[in-house]
Amino acid sequence: MTLGTTKTTLRLVGAAVAGAVALGGGTALAQTVKIGTPSFLTGAAAPAFGIPAKKGAELIVRGINNGELPAPYNNSGLAGRQIELLVYDEAGGGTKQVTELRNKVQKDNVDAIIGIISSGTCAALTKVAEELKVLTIQTVCGTPRVFEEINKDPKYVFRTINHATANNVSAARYLAAKMKDKVKGFAGINQNYAWGQDSWRDFELAMKTLIPAAKASTKPQFPKLFSGQYGTEISALSRSRENIVHSSFWGGDLEAFIGQASARGLFKRKAFVLTVGETVAYRLGKKFPQGIMAGTRGPYGMYVVDDQTPLNQWFQREYRKAYGSPPSQPAYQYAQGFLAAKYAYDKAAKAAGKFPSTDQVIAELRGATFPTFVGNVKMGLSKGHQAITDDRWGVTAWDEKRGEVVVKDVVVFPPECVNPPDGVGSIEWLKGGMKGASC
Amino acid sequence: MTRLFDKTFWGLTIGLVALFALNFLLEEWMRSIGLQSLSRGCVAIGLLVLWRTGLVSFGHALFFGFGAYTVAMLQIIGVNDIILLLIGGCATAGLLALVLGFLLRQYRAIFFALLNMAFSMILYGVLAKVEALGSTDGIGINQVSFFGFVPSDDSYRPTLFIFAVIFAYIAAVGSHWYLKSTLGLMTMAVRENEIRVEYLGYSAEKAIHIKYVLSGVLAGMGGVIMALTIGHVDPDSMVYWTVSGDFVFITILAGTGNVGATFIGALVYELLRTYAFEFAPEIWQLILGGSLLLIIMFLPDGLWSIRSEWRNRRALAAAKSGDAPAGE
Amino acid sequence: MDFELLLVILVDGLVYSSYLFLVAVGLTVIFGVQKVLNVTHGAFYSFGAYLTAYLIGLWINDAEGGAFELLAFSLAVILIGSVFLGIVLGVLIERGLLKFLYTRDEHIVVLATFAGFLVLEDVILLIWGTDPYLAFRPLELMGSSEITGLIFDNYTFTMIGLSFLVAFVLWYGLNRTQFGKVLLAVIFDREVSMAMGINVTKIFLITFMIGTFLGALGGAYHAPIISVQPGIGVEVIVLAFAVVVIGGMGSIPGALIGAIVVGLSRAAAVHLYPELELFVIYAIMALVLIFRPEGLFAPIQARKI
Repeated sequence: MTLGTTKTTLRLVGAAVAGAVALGGGTALAQTVKIGTPSFLTGAAAPAFGIPAKKGAELIVRGINNGELPAPYNNSGLAGRQIELLVYDEAGGGTKQVTELRNKVQKDNVDAIIGIISSGTCAALTKVAEELKVLTIQTVCGTPRVFEEINKDPKYVFRTINHATANNVSAARYLAAKMKDKVKGFAGINQNYAWGQDSWRDFELAMKTLIPAAKASTKPQFPKLFSGQYGTEISALSRSRENIVHSSFWGGDLEAFIGQASARGLFKRKAFVLTVGETVAYRLGKKFPQGIMAGTRGPYGMYVVDDQTPLNQWFQREYRKAYGSPPSQPAYQYAQGFLAAKYAYDKAAKAAGKFPSTDQVIAELRGATFPTFVGNVKMGLSKGHQAITDDRWGVTAWDEKRGEVVVKDVVVFPPECVNPPDGVGSIEWLKGGMKGASC
Repeated sequence: MTRLFDKTFWGLTIGLVALFALNFLLEEWMRSIGLQSLSRGCVAIGLLVLWRTGLVSFGHALFFGFGAYTVAMLQIIGVNDIILLLIGGCATAGLLALVLGFLLRQYRAIFFALLNMAFSMILYGVLAKVEALGSTDGIGINQVSFFGFVPSDDSYRPTLFIFAVIFAYIAAVGSHWYLKSTLGLMTMAVRENEIRVEYLGYSAEKAIHIKYVLSGVLAGMGGVIMALTIGHVDPDSMVYWTVSGDFVFITILAGTGNVGATFIGALVYELLRTYAFEFAPEIWQLILGGSLLLIIMFLPDGLWSIRSEWRNRRALAAAKSGDAPAGE
Repeated sequence: MDFELLLVILVDGLVYSSYLFLVAVGLTVIFGVQKVLNVTHGAFYSFGAYLTAYLIGLWINDAEGGAFELLAFSLAVILIGSVFLGIVLGVLIERGLLKFLYTRDEHIVVLATFAGFLVLEDVILLIWGTDPYLAFRPLELMGSSEITGLIFDNYTFTMIGLSFLVAFVLWYGLNRTQFGKVLLAVIFDREVSMAMGINVTKIFLITFMIGTFLGALGGAYHAPIISVQPGIGVEVIVLAFAVVVIGGMGSIPGALIGAIVVGLSRAAAVHLYPELELFVIYAIMALVLIFRPEGLFAPIQARKI
């Protein structure tokens, strides 16, 4: 590199340092808690996940800052300080997200990260977050590998939602509870990437234990992510002997699949299990297939519409008022991450008698059980860093009066019924016949 | 062959020393941007080497990803020293380039570019299927030792930076010398007229093959640096065709005039992306694309041409004032 | 292998082929004439899909009326919308961007169109936002038919018809009309044509508009079967590239054959070995490039020494 560049670089560095100092000064005066929130603002995951998640985060932050929330979260701010929310784009892949995390923590001085939708982002950010010593609350991503492989001894990283295994286990449990004798094998259509592959594997293993008579299809379909055109797969599924179809599709792919499969009568021929189908249910409305099983990875969205806890009522009411549509699962899940932060910050502040340090906050969050919209979240796995919640499954129906998709025939599976016991890896647990589950 | 220790060499050496000094001043996020620039700069040098022959690869993420994933795989079997990882990454990428080179050296123009892309997408497909490597979620990279030395947490990244600077320096100087050698210069003739080169008794294909391997090794090196910088490898950030597009972007941004300029191009690209992302999170692609268009339109030879422009003007001014312009 | 399965593979394969052809043909037309590998093609597809889905959502999704009128109206929206985009975007990109680059290195031009693609994708985001648009109504209105006990929707069948229609019109236009002959001359030798008094500038603009129209038409015709949302253009580019490379860049019959080869292979993979689905297209592309680097149907090119 030539001298000229070095000069330019130095000048840039100078400007950046000056900027950082100015920013730092500002933060100290305003006494806010700066929270970075990654979410998909662009790309294919934006409509079904990113945008509702962002809305949920913004709404709950408004609620926390103004002290609008019902008890026990009714005092304003995080440990008395206002939240300064920095939402940024999660698109662009692991490398870019790692860079962004460094920028947010080291350049913009955020105090915590709350969010993350994609498992890929979670996998990439977990170690860096530990290295940067920044409190990170992962809210949506599913892969169990985060704490089982990548970060076995977590300190700063938490996840406030069930990992993906629970979702597929509870799906299999629901089938076993409702139609055990009618299941004549199951086929699958999942996107060809980690989420799709893991979902199918977990479901297949859980079914082996719960309904051993039902055989898995030998030709599970794995179309390319975002391919949008599923004619051939629909033919293959129609021809398959199995009467259940498992799918972890989401977003635009799911919408396209539903449009094409409805036109070809597939939903009439097969019973569908859509593990995160709820993400598009409100958008599709009447066009969302009825009488199928659609999940939310816990007690969220469609499954808690009528739940009467004051916190849930507030969220439902204010979300609809602010955005003109009901909150779907990502909105709940992001908001839940902020509730976890509020719980831990407030409790740590009380114990410390002043605004808590990050270490004091994580000490409160580790292993905590905190109230959320419906019931409690228990930080029960991976040394108190991985949440377990109950999971709910039911069958979709169209409610003419509300003009919304609803779920009927709901079964609530307690957290210990769908999650492995602490210290047991999820695959190992599934392969061992899910020992230690208490339902 | 002229002098080995020419202006570019000294410029690179000054850059090396300056970066060592800068290492003490940099904040961590800037060092991270620096590391990524060094990584992408290495790949872009590889592209520059090919570009001098008139060949452009739209699939160099293939070798980049190969280097990066080699780090992950070597760590799985317990190899954890930076020098072994670097040698491993460069060697596997180089080997792959050597094998593919037998085929690719027969192709020119857009076919060369697209065949590279096809191979990179096949690797993408394979990686997206391999569960042991985390499929599309990717796999984490552990902190490494440096010739057996394990730095403390606080000094890890500064140490990594020093090593990355040294690697990039070696890559840059080596490539510069290669391009100045007869073999290197001859490939420029291949670009102009391949048939005449053959008449002169040189094998154009062989020259291209050598270049291809060199560029594969350089891209592999970039991949190793990137894997260590990010601490994570995944197919979408390492192998997808848009990643290859970024490398070509940097090459065009920098211009193909000088190997040193490549790092400047990579740095500018990195800063552009960082700030576009910060100030316009919803339209950062528009800013990136718009900048690329402006460069193509108004700086046809990349950032390097600003320098030559300036020099021409100076020479012109000198000529006007009566001095003879210094010949080069 | 049983006969029924063979038939299903054939039908599925043809449907997918027609999809591939419609997304690839615009790319090959532009490459054939201008020698520009046009990445903005992906954005043309997105624009076509967005405009159609938006208008169908506005006028047709909830409209009352007979199936026939609504369908005719939908088709009119698709066609007129694509023509409109072909003119507007075609002029914009050709006159505003490519005009300045014809003398430059072909790789630079690819990069420039890549940059144009990035810009246009965000322009779409600025116009239509991040919410997806659904336009399933025409798909539903067309109904379905049964083949070997399987239900197929008629809309995708019309896609096969449209593909052959487009292929025929292009072939006829190129080989049987005055304009086509002029075009062939330009393709063969730009400089000599210019010397002969052919207005190459005008020819380029017209072809680019046609290519843009075809790209937009691909998107517009698919809008009723997909969820129109950010990112759909990126997926299309690689597919279109692969088809065009396999068939021979710049060849219309090539694009048709390329699409059929890929479509049938993919259908066979999905039915027989689903795990291979992801590789099929790239594997064919690599194989074709290895054994026939110019593609299956490359137009003859004069070699300049």
